[in-house]
Amino acid sequence: MESTDSCRRVTKLALFRSFSRITLSSFGGALFWTRRELVERQRWLTDREFVELLTVSQLLPGPNVVNLTVMVGHRFGGFGGAAVGLAGSLGWPCLVVIGMGVLYRHFGELPLAQQALAGMSKVAAGLLLATVIKLAMVLPRHWRPWLFGILAFAGVGILRWPLLWIVAALAPVAVLAAWKEVD
Amino acid sequence: MEKPDLTALFLHLMALWFIAVGGPSAILPEIHRYVVHVQHLLTSEQFAEIYTLAQVAPGPNVMYVTLMGWYLAGWKGVVATTIPLVIPALTLTMIVGHLNERYPNARFGRAVRRGVTPITIGLMFAGASVLARAVNHDWRGYLLTFATTAVVLRKTLNPLWFLGAGAVAGILGLV
Repeated sequence: MESTDSCRRVTKLALFRSFSRITLSSFGGALFWTRRELVERQRWLTDREFVELLTVSQLLPGPNVVNLTVMVGHRFGGFGGAAVGLAGSLGWPCLVVIGMGVLYRHFGELPLAQQALAGMSKVAAGLLLATVIKLAMVLPRHWRPWLFGILAFAGVGILRWPLLWIVAALAPVAVLAAWKEVD
Repeated sequence: MEKPDLTALFLHLMALWFIAVGGPSAILPEIHRYVVHVQHLLTSEQFAEIYTLAQVAPGPNVMYVTLMGWYLAGWKGVVATTIPLVIPALTLTMIVGHLNERYPNARFGRAVRRGVTPITIGLMFAGASVLARAVNHDWRGYLLTFATTAVVLRKTLNPLWFLGAGAVAGILGLV
């Protein structure tokens, strides 16, 4: 596999344009478009580099897309690169959702809009559930991870306890248990 | 609707994003709990509608918090809900990205990944269940939700098709 020169500098304008293009193409999931732009179109990253950055971005707190944008922007343009990447990536959707907010305020109470939204929101819940089921398939077939998953679900989803308590109680035990498995 | 305490909302979101391993879906139930049950800024239905609208927009799914901020308090609300998204990324991502490039196989890193993943998935299930309960009031609603899940698990289609179908079902009064 050919390697890219990951130390080369890319102009801020190029970073801004690329991340704008990614975000404006991503309806319902940015992954496909992000890879296409960064790996195929611009050739800033190889597939391997892309997967590594993606993994790190998923393990860090915060939205994956934001983390990936910051890492790629920082790699090719320093702190300023991360900033313009974010501006391209979040700026446009920000304006679009604000436009939707204006419409929702004015027309959200109309019966037709209410009916359409009611139907769409049931679908949105189903889409989220499907995504989570797909991700749950990566869990090992072993009782311990499933126990931690079920406890987190019950505490936050059923008992509605604050997330911070649940994570503070479960995460240290889970990491300790995993510590013995990895060596 | 009460007048929102934007400072409290800002600080709460900031704290959440710093622990939001697994992304926006993992903290969805907590944002719902805070905005609907603790601060009483939105009803459960309004929260679900705002979340749904943002799914139709291009860009990351997480922009529902921006839309929520706008709905609650205009531009100030946008700032209070959107800035917390990027702060953890700008700080932690650079630090950890650097460390990870240096020590990709550190035992602590692997233990955290392995240990925290199931908790994240449990939290995301909680998010899906909170959302499903917020939007559904009868069996027909749940049927549409679960039918969507079943189809998405088998077919790869742009989610906009499903949302469009949901809008049509709603307008026709089927759900």
